[in-house]
Amino acid sequence: MASPAETKPGSAGQKVESTQGSTQRPWVTIVWDDPVNLMNYVTYILQKIFGYSEPKATELMLQVHNEGKAIVSSGTRESMEVDVTKLHAAGLWATMQQDR
Amino acid sequence: METPAGPRFRSTLDPHEATLLKNMVTSLVGMLDERESSSPRDELEQITGMRTGHTAAPDDATLGRLLPNFFRPQNDHPAGSATAESLNSALRSLHEPDIIDAKRQAAQRLLDTCPQSGGRLELTESDANSWISSVNDVRLALGTMLDIGDGGPDALPPEHPMAGHLDVYQWLTVLQEYLVLSLMSKPLR
Repeated sequence: MASPAETKPGSAGQKVESTQGSTQRPWVTIVWDDPVNLMNYVTYILQKIFGYSEPKATELMLQVHNEGKAIVSSGTRESMEVDVTKLHAAGLWATMQQDR
Repeated sequence: METPAGPRFRSTLDPHEATLLKNMVTSLVGMLDERESSSPRDELEQITGMRTGHTAAPDDATLGRLLPNFFRPQNDHPAGSATAESLNSALRSLHEPDIIDAKRQAAQRLLDTCPQSGGRLELTESDANSWISSVNDVRLALGTMLDIGDGGPDALPPEHPMAGHLDVYQWLTVLQEYLVLSLMSKPLR
């Protein structure tokens, strides 16, 4: 799901961010474990929002469940905002951060 | 024979279950409406057409779980917590109105499709998607009140003031489980 790190000048889509130090580092969306959300609900939502296959969505859900969190998508800061918004609308606990 | 456009989920609700569910979802909508109407007015909104919402997380823990922060400060964040706070304010202000809208739409669809005094419940796939979202919001609200999770209750004595809430929470958990399972199963042809 990562967007390309380099873009040619004049190409559409990529906004250059002036606020962060390294502007080309991708952002990631993280889903955190919480005691209320059902495992099958989390799996279903990941499929629905990201178009992941059921095995892939299940794998991510199990990572959230067992490790406390999982990275579910990556890309531009703007696209992570969209992802987090959708996840919050569905009731999942998600945050975004810049990848190291 | 069920088609993709036909009922995806069939069940029945007792009259008191229907009333209870409608009351809880109506309360949820009330909370969201109040949150929205209490957000700071922005004169620029008229000009830009961009809605802005609250910049700070709700004081109320229940609403706080429904509208969490977008950014979690890391210990080693180079610019420190002031940056984290301003990032959270900006992202919340920008996106909270849409999140409130989505939750309210799901809630409204549930209220519209829940049988008035119980009885047969038939939901299309689209309805069921609204139901799982809205039922989940009610569970999140109840779960916060009940402190579900580490140290939270699995069972409460009948005289406990939260015993009724826990019963409802557990009933909604089963309902949601069935709804999600029906959505995940392949449609019959």
